[in-house]
Amino acid sequence: MIEIIVTGLNHKTAPIEIRERLSFQESELEEALLRVNLLPSIKENIILSTCNRVEIYAVTRNPETAIRELKEFLSQYHNIPLIDFERSIYSFISDEAVRHIFRVASSLDSMVVGEPQILGQIKNAYNIAMELKTSGFILHRLLHRAFHVAKRVRNETKISLSAVSVSSVAVDLAQKIFGNLEKKNILLVGAGEMSELAARHFISAGVEKIVITNRTFERALSLAKEFKGEAIPFEDINKGLKNADIVLSATDSPQYIIQYEQMIKVMKERKQKPIFLIDISDPRNIEPRVGNIENIYLYNIDDLQNIAKENIKDREKEAQKAESIIQEELIKFVKWYQSLQLTPTIVALRKKFDEIRKKELEKMLSMHPNLSEKERKSLEAMTLAIINKILHDPLTQLKKRDEDIVAELYIDAIRTLFQLSSTNTNISKEEEEINARI
Amino acid sequence: MNIYFFKIASFLYLLATLAYLAYIILLREFVSKLGRIIVSLGFGIHTLALILRYLEGGYTPVTNLHESLSFFAWMIIGVLMIANIRYRIKVLGSFLTPIALILMLFAFALPKEIVPLAPVLRSFWHPFHVIFAFLGNAIFTLTFCSGIMYLLQEHQLKSKRIGAIAKRLPPLQVLDDLNYQSLTFGFPLLTLGIITGAIWAEYAWGRYWGWDPKETWSLITWLLYAALLHQRLTVGWRGRKAAIMSIIGFMAILFTFLGVNLILPGLHTYANW
Repeated sequence: MIEIIVTGLNHKTAPIEIRERLSFQESELEEALLRVNLLPSIKENIILSTCNRVEIYAVTRNPETAIRELKEFLSQYHNIPLIDFERSIYSFISDEAVRHIFRVASSLDSMVVGEPQILGQIKNAYNIAMELKTSGFILHRLLHRAFHVAKRVRNETKISLSAVSVSSVAVDLAQKIFGNLEKKNILLVGAGEMSELAARHFISAGVEKIVITNRTFERALSLAKEFKGEAIPFEDINKGLKNADIVLSATDSPQYIIQYEQMIKVMKERKQKPIFLIDISDPRNIEPRVGNIENIYLYNIDDLQNIAKENIKDREKEAQKAESIIQEELIKFVKWYQSLQLTPTIVALRKKFDEIRKKELEKMLSMHPNLSEKERKSLEAMTLAIINKILHDPLTQLKKRDEDIVAELYIDAIRTLFQLSSTNTNISKEEEEINARI
Repeated sequence: MNIYFFKIASFLYLLATLAYLAYIILLREFVSKLGRIIVSLGFGIHTLALILRYLEGGYTPVTNLHESLSFFAWMIIGVLMIANIRYRIKVLGSFLTPIALILMLFAFALPKEIVPLAPVLRSFWHPFHVIFAFLGNAIFTLTFCSGIMYLLQEHQLKSKRIGAIAKRLPPLQVLDDLNYQSLTFGFPLLTLGIITGAIWAEYAWGRYWGWDPKETWSLITWLLYAALLHQRLTVGWRGRKAAIMSIIGFMAILFTFLGVNLILPGLHTYANW
């Protein structure tokens, strides 16, 4: 019987130092996949390596041996004694492996639940394995199911709707104030790393222009160059405040840079045009009272973090819905892959043939009621002989293939061709649809 | 016959209101679409009811309180449908449809028979006066709703609790734009309504203006909106102040329309409602 297994480690089980040492660069993946493919117990494999996890998905007939071989492979490949990282390794077999892969693809196992980039990373890992043909027909199905599950989770839950990082919360709030950010300007006060990171978020949200001011003007200039923005001297900050829609302040100044009276004046010059002030510095750069002025929306780092925390709670609530979607899909998938066994397939095939034979025989006998007992017996024997002869060759071939790498492919083909189980065909149909979309 | 269609329209507005309220709770796309479909259907049938009443009565059906309320509701739904095309604010229906429904229920409770028209109402100018005034009022209903939404949304943003309400309402700037644009449409119509009213008054009573309570109150309403428009254009009033002002303006409209008719005696009082 074939089994799906997962062996690997992630951000929950291993510190970054270990993850780093066990991860695969994209350039190494090819060799690694091929080497895993040569392990005696592994029939198919895919390697997923991101900064938060290193996992090998594989198909095998001997899960225990395969897991041991995979661990040894990781140790040999990266030249680290197994004992150094064995405690961080987890392995799943069968249902639990499938569930794990579905959860990873749906971003339920991510550091920040609901962040969508993991799906792209899995697709990428899958494509590389596909090209090298280290993933075969079982993992192919499994991964397509996983993509389908991830899509359902994204569409049917609100898991990735809310912003959970400080920068994305800030962008979200800006959109709540201004709507579309396309014609908006942002003023960065302070040209440090924090403002740079936040600025990138605003750029990808579409802000039109970036103006930067900094105590040391050169730093402002170089950042302005990078963002194709404009640098203004620190003394001209009021001019910057007058023209900006969004202001992001992140300096290490010990006093307030933007004060109440100053903003009252600026607002008059702006004709009360709304302004969004973000203060992500500690100690604060903007006098808190400024937030009381009409048409000014002031958020400091704590406010943003509180919202992010709330949103993470929301995501966790949605994650429960996602788990039940996964459970549902898991049952469907497991039903399919457990049907890929030789003996039950042969039994089902025989049963089907025999049913057809009996039905047709009965029909014929009822049309000819005056046949003798002997004639009936020989008809019975003849029909039986026909199906036995028809089945003989395919069944011998199948039994021969049972130890073969592609046995499941044949079993699946037989099940599909003779319609031996309905779940099987359903899955194929959905899969075709997904394939068409990818 | 027109009453029959009027009832169907009211029922459809009730269903649409329920759908729009369900949308606010569930935030499901198809529920909002359902609301839009039902409301359009209701609007079509309501239009039919008004045409039938026009044909049956032989006059534009805006002469008593039942007719006026029904007509006002019809205009509000019309404005909603136009706004739905112009703006992608899905919760708009959740605000406007209930208002129209309440007006319909009032109209429902009032005597609905077609009675012979009082002589002063048999005027060429009267229907114009009413249509302009109500169209203006219907657009100001939209202004009012945008003001309410603005205050709700602003409160969320200022208090830094971005909760369920904030998720359901459009951005502040969109609401402010809606507030301003609807004002620029509503104001000329209200002005026209008052001018045609004055002309009608000249035909009916031989004077353009007589400081009857209705006239006085429509002037107050007009001045409120004029002030809002002026402040917006010159001082750059916007946001919160404009939102509050548009809510006050709508209160004045309601008082002019209902309060004056029901409380203060005067020429506009519906004698036999």
